[in-house]
Amino acid sequence: MTHAMWAGTVAVTGHEGAELEAYAARPLDSGPHGGVVVIHHMPGYDEATKEIVRKFAAHGYAAVCPNLYSREGAGVSPDDQAAAARAKGGVPDEQLVGDVAGAAAYLKGLEHANGKVGVIGYCSGGRQTFLAACSLQIDAAVDCYGAFVVTPPPAEFSLKAAPLISLAGKLSCPLLGLFGADDTHPSPEEVGVLSAELDKLGKEHKFQIFPDAGHGFFATDRSSYRPAAAVEGWKKVFGFFGRHLTA
Amino acid sequence: MCTYLTEKFRIDGAAKGASGWFTVTDGMVYVDHPYHATQEHTVNIDLANPSEGPSARVAIELTEEGALALVEAIHKALAAAPPGLASAARRSASASASASA
Repeated sequence: MTHAMWAGTVAVTGHEGAELEAYAARPLDSGPHGGVVVIHHMPGYDEATKEIVRKFAAHGYAAVCPNLYSREGAGVSPDDQAAAARAKGGVPDEQLVGDVAGAAAYLKGLEHANGKVGVIGYCSGGRQTFLAACSLQIDAAVDCYGAFVVTPPPAEFSLKAAPLISLAGKLSCPLLGLFGADDTHPSPEEVGVLSAELDKLGKEHKFQIFPDAGHGFFATDRSSYRPAAAVEGWKKVFGFFGRHLTA
Repeated sequence: MCTYLTEKFRIDGAAKGASGWFTVTDGMVYVDHPYHATQEHTVNIDLANPSEGPSARVAIELTEEGALALVEAIHKALAAAPPGLASAARRSASASASASA
């Protein structure tokens, strides 16, 4: 591994053939490389998420983050796209699955790809990671504090997000879940319910609830950042992807 | 936490955004993670005109205290002005008055 990388904006084909803007990064050595689809959080396709994409490339993976709000218009700033998508209740689940499938296909089509693809997502992207892993053939998935997997959003929330626990039997790959003990969406109780359901179904998973951490503990640009949980969490992510995405 | 809760309302006025002045038609208020402010959560206010595209938007991210101070200042300013002076109904009334003149 030379530690040299390429990073930049690419186009991927998403749900129903839509062309999506995406941010990709990959090592410049000859590989082979596992692939990682990064699903951004609800505030959108931002600088912090692009940094996560580069972090995976620095660790030897080809990574791509599709801009799930691309349909809000080309040339529109990501924060305006996020606001427009929020006003519509977020991204429909069916569209998300198609967009992640397109991003995974992009990674598998790269030169030096080893054919394995994992998915990781944060916040709303954590829920969407679980959705993708139950809807597509994926090799490994990491859910970082995704809410509304077990319980529906409160009625007054204008979010199109139904619980996904009924899909758990279709989970196609090992799942790593990283959560904060002080989080309320999802609460440690909800995490426990999901874990028990996956145990019952015999689905391979490993959940970790970090003490002194709440929602968004990986977010280095926010006051929710908790270095102890984030450093340990990243170690777990790379250990997990190392076991499941290397050739 | 992400609240996702979004209060939406119709609005009539104008705002100045990144590409100049535009007519605003829709407002949104939500308490959630900000895009730019450094607090963990803020009161986020969007004034927008979706018919002109997502960029026709003015975004504000305030602390709870800042948002409540804004609300209070609006109430005080309105209380100090003659009732109905800035009302949309007043504009409609003067328009129909000039049409019938």
